[in-house]
This record gives sequence, structure tokens and C-alpha cells, in this order.
Amino acid sequence: MREVSFAVHARETVAVVGPSGAGKSTLLALLAGLDTPSSGKVWLAGQDLTALDEDGRASLRAARVGFVFQSFHLLPALTALENVMLPLELARRRDAAASAQAMLARVGLAERAGHYPRQLSGGEQQRVAMARAAVGEPVVLFADEPTGNLDAATGERIIQLFFELNAASDTTLVLVTHDRALADLCQRVLTMDSGALFDSGRPS
Amino acid sequence: MQLLRMALRALRREWRSGELAILLAALSVAVAALTGVGFLVDRIGRALQAQASEVLAADARLESAETLAPQWAQQAQTLGLQTARLTTLLSVVFHDEQSQLANVRAASSGYPLRGALKIAAQPFAAGATTHELPATGECWPDSRLAAALGAQVGTILNVGALPLRVSRILISRPDQGSAFVEFAPALLINSADLAATRLLQPASRVEYALLLAGKRQALADFHRTFEAQQRAGERWADVSDASPQIGDAARRAGRFLSLASLVAVLLCAVAVAMSARGYLARHLDAVALMKTLGARRRFVLGVTVLQLLLLALAATLIGGALGWMMQSWLLRALAGFLRTDLPPAGWAPVLIGLVVAVAMLAGFALPSLLQLTRVPALRVLRRDVGPPPAALWLALLPALLAIVAVVYGTLNEWTLSLWFVAALAVMIVFLALGGALLVWFAGLTRRSVALTLRHGLANLARRRASSVAQIVAFGLGVLLLLVLSILRRDLINDWRTSLPPGAPNYFFVNIPVEQHEQFRAALLAQGASPERMLPMVRGRLIAINGAAVQRSGRRLADREQNLTWSNELGDDNRIIAGRWWRAEDAAKPLVSLASEFQESLGLKLGDRLRFDIAGELLEVKVASFRKVRWDSFRPNFFIVFPPGLLDGAAGSFMTSARYEPRAPGDLAALVQRFPSVSIFNIGDLLAQVRAVIDKAVTAVQSVFVFTLLAGLAVLWAAVQASRDERRYETAIMRALGAGRGMLMRSALSEFAAIGLLAGMLSASGAALGGYLLARQLDLHYRFNWPIWFSGVFGTLLVVSGSGYLATRPTLNQSPRTVLN
Repeated sequence: MREVSFAVHARETVAVVGPSGAGKSTLLALLAGLDTPSSGKVWLAGQDLTALDEDGRASLRAARVGFVFQSFHLLPALTALENVMLPLELARRRDAAASAQAMLARVGLAERAGHYPRQLSGGEQQRVAMARAAVGEPVVLFADEPTGNLDAATGERIIQLFFELNAASDTTLVLVTHDRALADLCQRVLTMDSGALFDSGRPS
Repeated sequence: MQLLRMALRALRREWRSGELAILLAALSVAVAALTGVGFLVDRIGRALQAQASEVLAADARLESAETLAPQWAQQAQTLGLQTARLTTLLSVVFHDEQSQLANVRAASSGYPLRGALKIAAQPFAAGATTHELPATGECWPDSRLAAALGAQVGTILNVGALPLRVSRILISRPDQGSAFVEFAPALLINSADLAATRLLQPASRVEYALLLAGKRQALADFHRTFEAQQRAGERWADVSDASPQIGDAARRAGRFLSLASLVAVLLCAVAVAMSARGYLARHLDAVALMKTLGARRRFVLGVTVLQLLLLALAATLIGGALGWMMQSWLLRALAGFLRTDLPPAGWAPVLIGLVVAVAMLAGFALPSLLQLTRVPALRVLRRDVGPPPAALWLALLPALLAIVAVVYGTLNEWTLSLWFVAALAVMIVFLALGGALLVWFAGLTRRSVALTLRHGLANLARRRASSVAQIVAFGLGVLLLLVLSILRRDLINDWRTSLPPGAPNYFFVNIPVEQHEQFRAALLAQGASPERMLPMVRGRLIAINGAAVQRSGRRLADREQNLTWSNELGDDNRIIAGRWWRAEDAAKPLVSLASEFQESLGLKLGDRLRFDIAGELLEVKVASFRKVRWDSFRPNFFIVFPPGLLDGAAGSFMTSARYEPRAPGDLAALVQRFPSVSIFNIGDLLAQVRAVIDKAVTAVQSVFVFTLLAGLAVLWAAVQASRDERRYETAIMRALGAGRGMLMRSALSEFAAIGLLAGMLSASGAALGGYLLARQLDLHYRFNWPIWFSGVFGTLLVVSGSGYLATRPTLNQSPRTVLN
């Protein structure tokens, strides 16, 4: 990562694009505090991530951040509902079950709440993952190739859902993607190449 | 060849990726524990055997009333066994006017092959160990003979036609044993003098013995040859024949030791099963990929089998070396408690380790392995596609076979093995059902407890199958260890109480019927504490159920027996079949037999036995069988009649007592007042038994420590088995914002719950198992709360502790990995 410096404003939707190995995932890891930079600083929701320790960053994530991963990363031993409840439980919310159930209904999976991830299709799993990311009403939602493992039609429905959720809850959205169509839906596109970042501005 | 190359390549890759390390480590630790216990059992067992052999003055004896065929001595020498000859005959020995019936024992050089003679210049003196025998022309009378004949060093004794000079008094010999057929005092002479005594006449009662000592294998070979070519009248005797007391202690210690190594094997099996399953589960993707790339089923199977075999081999080498180091370290730590040097370790345990490692891998991994080859190539595209479920019998049969094979291989006894496997199956079902119930209950309570605890309990309930599997694994490990510790305690208590400091050290035989009350009074007056006094009569068993008894070399049917009758059973006798005398049985033609007698002749309740008692025939029905504790050193008989049947026939009485003569003349005074009473000092035998028991206790303790280590290995493997899953979950949870403390507390509460559940189940199971096994080993069982609680809390602590150790590194897993 070389001399990367940029700011994302509240409620902005930003796509990070670039070829494989360009450093997109590293950038995302730094933004979410999953990793720390060897030099430089990262601010998230007004907090200096580099000044926090591991657990400090974790509790910041619990309170402010939602995540969607390329390979969904649902916990295999938990049902769909339990997976969605997880962030609420971590944030010690008392209404975990009810909120999670409501969120599952919003992504259209109310009927599948008791299913385990292996009983769900890829698209369903990603919808559960989105419900899990959105249920805690995060300030920032990070998504790492959210449609990378899905076919075009399913991917499109997922993207639609993404922006619906974003619009409904005023969340900032940062997503890493190869998908030009997905990037074009964002307000701003950042291009990474060999560890360097170029602000491509608003998509055409 | 291609298979091997592929297997090696795959192993190398998996090693580099760290996949292999866990299974290899679990297997190695398992084999280490197993071979460690094996080495220890082997060495201590042999030391015990050596100690016990002293009673025979040899490891085994060949006995006959006829001259022994020279082929036996040759055979023994070919096999590399040490030999000595001992010829024993009854003869009257003269000194001037005085004469005394004596047991003349002519020994060849080498005697005794085990243990040592003690000699002194005075009768009844302390005595010093010697490795010599009387020279030709000399003889060593024992204290009783010297006292009876008034002989001293220098006295000439006439033995048959030969005058021999007393050069020393024989104080003790290792094989004086407790065989009360030897009523006469002993005279030891050199075998070179035997012919010149001219005592070997056709009519004389002579016993020829060939003493044997050497390696166990050579002895076993010899025994086999002997059994195949044995001639009428020839008899094999080993420790259990010579001294039931020592045989008893050695046998029970041996059983405990094999039980302990069996527990180690099973603990290891659990460890291997847990790690093999995890390993194969992780293999699913690799197999699917190989199939996509065009590999056939048989090839995949071949490669995987080879991989496992190579793994077993590597684990055996590493584990065997580790096990050897651990046992030699343990023995060094115990060196102060062991009196003699232990024989060096044999190689057998390593071999057993390999066989067990392969058997366990095959038994526990084979079902998953066969499943693995059925993984559809489609899995590459759809991760949720797994192999078709196997039939239940296919999954269980190999494991069951492996366990039965290993159990039988260790115990070498079918009934006991089947009992053990059945008990094991019951334990597993008990643990699984109890575990499922408790997990369900934990799930119910999870809503009403604090967050971290709730998370732990929720995890437990959510992963129900694997929680129950873990409870069974932990529980089985702890249960086996607890059963073993209960048995160890009972066994050691039992030994200690069976030989209290006040155990009788003198036997008094041939007490005249009309004097037995006075004799008892005289003993009491001298401060001795006599045990029960039993009447005695000699008789021979001549027919069983009307069929004449063949003189077939069966030890107990061969010779005249001492018979008695008694009203009291005594707490050193336990009825194992039938019932003891009631008032109405008095004078009825019934008999109660010791279990050894029953086994030797294959008798059952209700059989009719005909005895010849001084020419009178007596037919009686078998009414009960008794288990006799010979190590009580109280008067005990194989054959006991009800009172009133033979009352007039008593030839004499016998008893035993703890007796410490207050003055040197006391014993002599007793002999003078009751000249016909034969007095046996069994103090030396007692010391021998104590030495064997001390050794057995050490063996049991140290093997126990080792088995504990094996148990820890299982816990470790069980925790490791869930490591990958945990690592993945931890990373996701941290990405979602869970703090390290929270994750740790949640994992700890999960492990603590598993530990508590497994502990409660296994402590309760162990109480039951201990009770059942104690009956197998003839022990008294007492329920023990401290063991129960230490079982529960020990498991809780150890499982939480290993959980902590296993979880800690996964917490350091960077949450960054979720982005890859």
C-alpha cells in the first residue's frame, strides 16, 4: 500500500475496484480495523483505529460496522436466525431474536430462519449474511466481493437488496468488487493498482 | 509405486500446511503413552515375577517320583535356561542314640536358582546369605533338625549309609514355602553324596525335581514342549503352585497392570478416533478435487490408506521413542522405592504400539475412509454435497472389531474380554444418553444466564452432536481413569490389610487331639495370639461321581490331602457357589471345596466325592465352593466337612499364631513340653510375600501415573479436534466485533460445562464400574465421596484448562483471514 489517502463521507456509497492482487482486500481490512497499517492512520466514525488495541477495534466494529463477505462466512453450526442474532448478542441487545427475525423477513427469508447454512443456496446464504450485516444498524457497511460467488441473476437481486437497505437506514457503504455494473451503482469509484489508489470520481 | 509416491507427496504437502501435525501429534502421544505403560508393565511385571520366583528357588520346576528323563535337562540347556537338580526323600537321620525323621534334600550346584540360602553357626540364629552348598562329606541340618538331634557344627550325622559332618546350620531356604506336607525338618546335602547314602531304593518315596530359570520366552517354549511330551507322573510347577499367597498377589497385580495398559490403549483409541475423524473431514475437499481431476475410486482409496499407514508408522517411531524415555524417567524417579534392579525393557511394547496404532486407525478411520471415496466430484462445485451416509453397522463394526481385538490381545481371556467390551459399550451408551440429556438441559437454561455463559451454553446446545461426542470422549477417558484409581486404592488397601503387622508368623501342626486345649493355653500364656484351631485328618480322594480318580499328574488329586471340618467360615473365606453349613447340616455327608480344587478337577455343585480316610470310605456331596485368601496365613484347607461327620477321626490339630518368643529358651520350652508338635516359622515367607506386595504396589502406582498421562493426551487430542472449527469461528466473530475476553469467557464456559457434565457422568459411571470390576478381582468395594468429587472437579479443571490452552492460540488468529 503506497501513499493511500482518502475520506469517505457519511451515507456515501463507494466502490473499490482493481485487478486481483492490487491490494483491495488489504485496504478493506485496514478500513475495518481487521488489520493495522505499519505506518499511517485510519479513522473510523471519528475514532483513530491505529490508537485502539485489538479489543477496542473489535468493540468499535460491534457497535458501528457491518460486514458482508465473498464466501458468506456464516457460522455452520448456527441457524440462519442465530447467525443474524450474533452481532446483536455481541452488542448485548436484549431484543436480539425479534430484531433478527424482522431483518430476515426484510431479506425475504422469514420462512428459512431455522435452516442451517448448508441447507441454504448460495443466494440465500448471502441474503442471511446481509441481514447479519444490517441488523445492528451499522454506521458503515463493508462488503468484500458480495456477488463474487453468485450467478448473474442472483447477484443482481442481491445488489438491489443492498441498495435498498442502504437507502432505508442511511448507512455508509464501502464495497470491494470486480463487478463493473455494481461499481457503477455507487456514488464514487476508487481504483486500486499495485498498492496505489486513484480516485476515479463519480462513475459515468 | 505411483500410489506410494502420491501418498508421500500428499503427506509432505499436508505437513507443510500444518494439517498433518495435529493427527501425527495425537497419534504419537497416544503411542507414547501406550508404549510407556507397556514398557513399565513389562519391566515391573518381570521384576515382580523374579521376586515371586524365589519361593520356588527357580522360575519353574519339573517334578516326578521317577528319575526325570535326561532329555529335559538337555532341552533346557538348548533353550538357554539355567538348571539345577534337587532330589528330596524322607529318611531317618541318626546322631548317636537320637534319631529324627528328616526331609533329606540333595542339591546340585546352582541351587537355588532364585533367592538365596541363609546359614549360621547356631540353630535359630539370624543367619547370613550364602551362595554355596554343603561340600561333599558335609551337611546342613535346619534349626529344627539340629535342635531335635542336639547337633552342633562339627557333629557327625548318619544319613543312610553315609556319615556326614555338620558344617553349618541351615537357617532358611527360599523354597521352604508353606507346603505343610513337609512336616519333617530338612537336611541339605550335596547331590554328589546322594548315591553313597544308598537311600535311593526302589521302595523309597523320592521326589526328583529339575529347577529351571531363564527368559520368559524360553520357559514358555520349554513348557509347551513339556506339555506335548510329558510322561505319566511328571509335573510342572510354577509360582502359583508353590505359594498361593505370592501367586495371588502377583496374579492380581498382573491383572491390574494389564487392565491399566488396556485403559491406556482405550484412551489412545479415543484420541486417535477424534483426530482421525477431524483429519478425514478436512480431506473431503482434497478427495473431491482428485476425483474431478480424473482419479478413480480405488486410487483415491489406495492413496489415503497408504497415507494413514505411513502416518501410523511415523507415530509409532516417535511415540515409541517418547514412551521409552518417559518410562525410564519415571523409573529413575521411582528408583528409591524399588529394591532390586529392573530387567531391561523389551521390544514388545513398540510392536504392540504399532499394531494398536494401525488397528485403531483402521477401526476408527476406515468407515470415514470408505465414505471419503464416495465423495461426489460435485463437491468441488457445491460444498454442501457430502458422501452418502454409511450404514450404521459399517461405521461401528470395524471400531468394534478393533476394540475387541485390542482388549483380547491385552487380557488374553475371552470371557473377561467380552465382559470388558460389553461394559465399555454400556459406558458409552450411558455417557451419550446422559450427555444428550444434559446438553438439552444446558440449551434450556441458556436464556436465563449471563451473556458469555449463555454463549458458551448456546454453542454447546447448537453443536449438539459434537458436544455429545466430546462429552463421551472426555467422559470415557475420565471414567476409565477413575475406575482404575478406585481399583488401585482398593487393591492396595486390600494388600495392606491382608498382611497386617500382626499377621501370623508361626504354624503349629501335629498338635495331639488330647493336648490341643493345653497347647492353646500355653501359646496364650507366652503372649502369642493363636488363630482358629482346626482338626486335621489325612485322606485321599478316590472317586468322583462313582468313577475312580486317575493318577494323571493332576496335582491335587495325586496325593493325600489334609481334611478338616469346621463350623466357622472365617472372613478369609468367601462362598462363591452353594452355601456354607447351617445348623441342620451337622454330620450330613457334605463337603465344601476351595476354588483351586474345583478348577483343578473341574467339579460342580452336587458332585459326589469318595474319600479314603485311613481305610474307611466316605462319600460326600459337594455343597459349596470357597475362595480362600491364602495370604491371611490362617489355617485353611482345600477340603472342609461339616462338623459332626468325622469328629472321632481327628488325628491332630493345627493352628497359626503371631508369636514373638520373649526369651531365647521359650520356643525350646514349648518344643519340649509338646514334643510331637511341628513348628514352622514362616517369618521369612511373610517377608517374601511383603516384598512381592511392596513391588506390586509400586508397579500399580507408577503404571497409574503413566495412565493418567495417557488420559491427558486424550483430552488434548479431543480439544485439538475442534481447533480448526474454533479458529474459523473466532475469526468471523472477531470480524463481527467480539472482543478477545468475550470469546475466551465464552469458550471457557463451554469447556467448563462440558467438563462438569463429563465429570458428573464419569464419576457416577466409575463408581458403578469400580463396583463391578472389584468383584472380578475379588476386592471389597466401598463408595468413596472424595473420589467422586475429585472426579467431577478434576475433570472440570482439566477440561477447562485444556480448553483454555487450546483456545488461546485461536484468539490470536487475525480476523483478516475472513477476507481471503
